[in-house]
Amino acid sequence: MSPTIPSVLSAACLLLFPCSGTAQELKIVSSLPRTGNANGQTTSMVNGIRMAIEEVGGHVDGYTILYEDMDDASPQRGNWDPMIEASNAEKAAANPLVVAYIGTFNSGAAKISMPILNKAGLAMVSPANTYPGLTKPGLGEKNEPKAYRPTGTINYFRIVPTDDLQGAVAADWAKELGAKKVFVLNDRELYGVGIANVFVASCAKLGIKVLGNEGVDTKAPNYRSLVTKIKALGADLVYYGGTTQNNAGQIAKDLRGGGVRVPFMVPDGCFEEAFIEAAGAENLNDTTYITFGGLPADQLTGKGAQFAKSYMEKFGTEPEAYAVYGYEAASVVLDALKRAKSKDRSGVLAALKETRDFHGAIGSWSFDENGDTTNRTMSGQTVRDGEFVFVKALGAESPKDSTNSEPKIDPLNSTKGS
Amino acid sequence: MTDAEVFLQQLITGLSNGMIIALIAIGYTMVYGIVELINFAHGDLFMLGSFLALTIVGALGLESWSGMGSVAAVLILIASSACFCGTLNWTVDRLAYRPLRRAPKLSLLVAAIGASFVLMNLGLFWGGLPLDVFSGGIAAAAPKDFPDLFPDLNVLGNSAVQITRTDVGVFAVTIPLMIGLTLLVKMTKLGKAMRAVAQNPTAAALMGISVDRVIGATFFIGGALAGAASVMYALYNNSIGFQMGYRAGMDAFTAAVLGGIGSLPGAMLGGIGIGLIRAMSDQYVESKWTNAIVFGVLILVLIFRPSGILGAKQREKV
Repeated sequence: MSPTIPSVLSAACLLLFPCSGTAQELKIVSSLPRTGNANGQTTSMVNGIRMAIEEVGGHVDGYTILYEDMDDASPQRGNWDPMIEASNAEKAAANPLVVAYIGTFNSGAAKISMPILNKAGLAMVSPANTYPGLTKPGLGEKNEPKAYRPTGTINYFRIVPTDDLQGAVAADWAKELGAKKVFVLNDRELYGVGIANVFVASCAKLGIKVLGNEGVDTKAPNYRSLVTKIKALGADLVYYGGTTQNNAGQIAKDLRGGGVRVPFMVPDGCFEEAFIEAAGAENLNDTTYITFGGLPADQLTGKGAQFAKSYMEKFGTEPEAYAVYGYEAASVVLDALKRAKSKDRSGVLAALKETRDFHGAIGSWSFDENGDTTNRTMSGQTVRDGEFVFVKALGAESPKDSTNSEPKIDPLNSTKGS
Repeated sequence: MTDAEVFLQQLITGLSNGMIIALIAIGYTMVYGIVELINFAHGDLFMLGSFLALTIVGALGLESWSGMGSVAAVLILIASSACFCGTLNWTVDRLAYRPLRRAPKLSLLVAAIGASFVLMNLGLFWGGLPLDVFSGGIAAAAPKDFPDLFPDLNVLGNSAVQITRTDVGVFAVTIPLMIGLTLLVKMTKLGKAMRAVAQNPTAAALMGISVDRVIGATFFIGGALAGAASVMYALYNNSIGFQMGYRAGMDAFTAAVLGGIGSLPGAMLGGIGIGLIRAMSDQYVESKWTNAIVFGVLILVLIFRPSGILGAKQREKV
């Protein structure tokens, strides 16, 4: 008697919901700034996401995986837009098929969608947010990260190391480059101020003098007066906590134009082709240092190298720095979906929380109790002949640090050829 | 650098930035003087001028300093951007503002805001054209690199204070333009007609002045100056973007109000004043306070002189 009941029920279900018949569907969405100059970077990330879904054949345990590439930027801002990010999150929350939300690119945007998705019990995996306050208590504002978790549970995960780690290795690197007096600028946004403050605090610990930490007007036509000020103070390294979208290119232009030729260091927000285009290669070559909370595509090994190779074959271009993180975010979501006991939001969320020793393209890592990655590999880059060039791995646990120093550049006399 | 050298350097930077602002401000003040309209589309018109300049730079294949060749090229750029912006401004007036000449002033203002959006989106479209100078047009909204035709070489040799070729270029272009415009308004028949229309359009019409033609000429001249300013802006900052018109327009409008809107010398004074305040605030206060200081000064001036620095004294509006 008992075996007939489920079959009757499923027959009834088929009658009631004809479309959800045998081919059951689940959906993954991403919300990234697709309009504006982050487009180069995000196109690469979306390609990575698509590759991860294709790798599993577009199906997990009989469920067809749908994917939607949402844009959280507006042409007016040329950058992520709070209104659009909120509407993307609400759309995803309202669609019962959606089991995971990959995004955001900007930490400020995550602040907006996190509480919306938290209430909906929808898992969010960011391939790029680095602001510590989103997950780590005590590193951001007083109400962070509680404010982003109205239900008290964790639904947000990220696969890049946070700025408190990146800012600290940047300061270490600055010391190594011989910096004694640094001038710090920031873009007055969440990400930029956060990483600039960490850099300043780390410099103080290392005995590097900080001449100033100034918020700049990111819409200013030029920064010539500021450059004169930096020049007069005699800074031997300039650090900008900010992104390409927030005029990093113009700052580089004006520093060089104003005759300040000291090293210019920027965080991963500038680690994209658009930065070289905006600043002009001649203003960056051999004097610019870029930190990144991961390894660039050409330094990846194993699965990562495989990813870079098939990306190149498929799209005919080198993947941008964050492409592999788009791929990794989608892979870990698909892995969680596979492990999930129930193939729905709560199942995926529970499985994501239990992610341990995930063997992905960026190595083997886990999510900790805050939803942060345990991965600590970071890297330093410079620009040579208009191209990003990997210099060295940065960070505490990087094995390459001591052994591999091969494309070593002479820090302050960087005119030597490659 | 000694303190005096730093001050001198900021003075030069402030002057260069200020002169560019002043050139744009003149367009606001002339149009306001004659039709009492804050032409919000003026900043975006300025932006389109720089896009034309970059397109020509790409077409001529200009890349870097080549002596007199560069000077000639820059003169061509200025002439073409000035003609283009002048004509475009005249067209905007003809199509959008002239039909509203007798309508309430608010309609005119809304038309100007609308024109601003149209021009701005035209810039977005232009930046998306598949040209090499726009990096193939992949990212229409991204800032465009403007080639350094006047590299920042110090004309003072090795001294700590830098006056670059671009600074010299900015002075050499803006000062004659300002003098020329002043002479035009004060000495010529057209200038006289402009002043007459500004004072009383009806009376001017009764005296046989073709009011619409004079207004059209005013729009053309204001636009042409914005075109010239856009080339100097692009050379000075080496980057342009479709959103730069908003910011530049804001600065210029503030300058026009500070100097006394409707007054020509006021716009020049206001522009240079704002350039200097910005530079000094970046140096001696902190750059994050700069905008607050600029508007603080504006408020202070308006409290004591509600019509701007030169607004009250100068009865004539153009």
